Amino acid sequence: MGLLAFGDTGWGDELFYATLMTVAVSITAMFIGFLFALIFTPLKLSKNKFFNLIGNSYTTVIRGVPELLVIYLFFFGGSGAIMYVASIFGYNEYIEINAFVTGSFAIGIISGAYSTEVFRGAIQSIDKGQFEASQVLGLKRFVYFFRVIMPQMLRLAIPNLSNVWQITLKDTSLISVTGLVEIMRQSYIAAGSTRDPLFFYSFAAVLYLLLTFLSMKLINRLEIRYSRGF
Amino acid sequence: MDINLMITSFPKLLGATVVTLKLLSLSLFFGLFIGLLFAILRLNKNKIINKFAYGYSYVFRGTPLLVQIFIIYFGLGQIEYFRSTFLWVVFKEPYWCAIIAFALNTGAYTSEILRSAFQTIKPGFIEAGKSLGISNKIIFYKIQIPIAIRQSLPAYGNEIILMMKGTSLASTVTLMDLTGVAKYIISTTFKPIEVFIVAGGIYLFMTFIIHNSIKFLEKKYGYQ
Repeated sequence: MGLLAFGDTGWGDELFYATLMTVAVSITAMFIGFLFALIFTPLKLSKNKFFNLIGNSYTTVIRGVPELLVIYLFFFGGSGAIMYVASIFGYNEYIEINAFVTGSFAIGIISGAYSTEVFRGAIQSIDKGQFEASQVLGLKRFVYFFRVIMPQMLRLAIPNLSNVWQITLKDTSLISVTGLVEIMRQSYIAAGSTRDPLFFYSFAAVLYLLLTFLSMKLINRLEIRYSRGF
Repeated sequence: MDINLMITSFPKLLGATVVTLKLLSLSLFFGLFIGLLFAILRLNKNKIINKFAYGYSYVFRGTPLLVQIFIIYFGLGQIEYFRSTFLWVVFKEPYWCAIIAFALNTGAYTSEILRSAFQTIKPGFIEAGKSLGISNKIIFYKIQIPIAIRQSLPAYGNEIILMMKGTSLASTVTLMDLTGVAKYIISTTFKPIEVFIVAGGIYLFMTFIIHNSIKFLEKKYGYQ
């Protein structure tokens, strides 16, 4: 247990901060994913064939290609792409993006593809009468979306979003290949310097289990809250 | 866009695809047995056996695959006693470590898929078998298992695709699978987009094939 002591003698505090980093990356990625879903869900549901194609290719490509490959694309190609865009605006200095941003973006795009599918499914399973009723009542588009469709969609989406959250949380372990110090990376460092990989990787597994367990408890509460009256 | 690189890297990546497919098929093969075993244990009425099977699937589904591979590949080799047993022949190879980790992981998901398939079999089928005087063993093998397989096909198809993506993690334990080779080419040429298009295309093609074969099987064996 001495290995887990806080301070200079053990790895307790390092692993604690690494856990916070994992949570931070997961939440950021999930949020970026929601933004992507907000753009791509309407495209997928659109009647326009071109928009449809864009929406479908996003979800198909991201869900059909390994997460690790997407992360490598961002890790090796991220700063190049940013520099290319910057050079158009006349900025030619070297730009380095930090590992947190690259990582949360890569995971965010992956998580966004899953969220898009969830939102699409939820909107499609809302009763048609709801859409028609809002039109008959002459509600403004904004009100209609945020007050009528959104609350119903969320209730239907929460159980599946909890799956997306679990996937996202576990996917963050893959960012360790880019050198961001989250649970996996920190365990790797600790395992390397103490020559005790079995202990540290098992402890990492326990940390992940703890995170998934706690988030399930929280999400169950949300689920109850959003299904009031059903 | 460097078309030349895309053309020259294609055969290399295709060669690595063979490794990916080998990893995938072997881990699915072993995973199916593990899954079936644990699904049967989950349906057992004994509470301890039941809890054990639940714990297995909970742990393997609740932790990232990367941790599981690292524990098996880096962790187990640390145990002095373990290295003197005959098992070490298998566990010292990254190839087999990856397959064991994948098989255990997909086994956990498969057990959940099969369990829910077993539980949704209409009791009428089993009762009909019993009333015809068929023994419990034959009811299980000839009625329950075929129905369960048919019902779990769509979910299992998803699992195959997830596992195919999971095999990319073999590249973290020095194996040169499709992702491993892609990463190698990217890090030597610094042309991530071109390599991503080729490697991603191969992965997408495999996803497409798996997806359609499962659809075909569903149609063939589904309820009419």
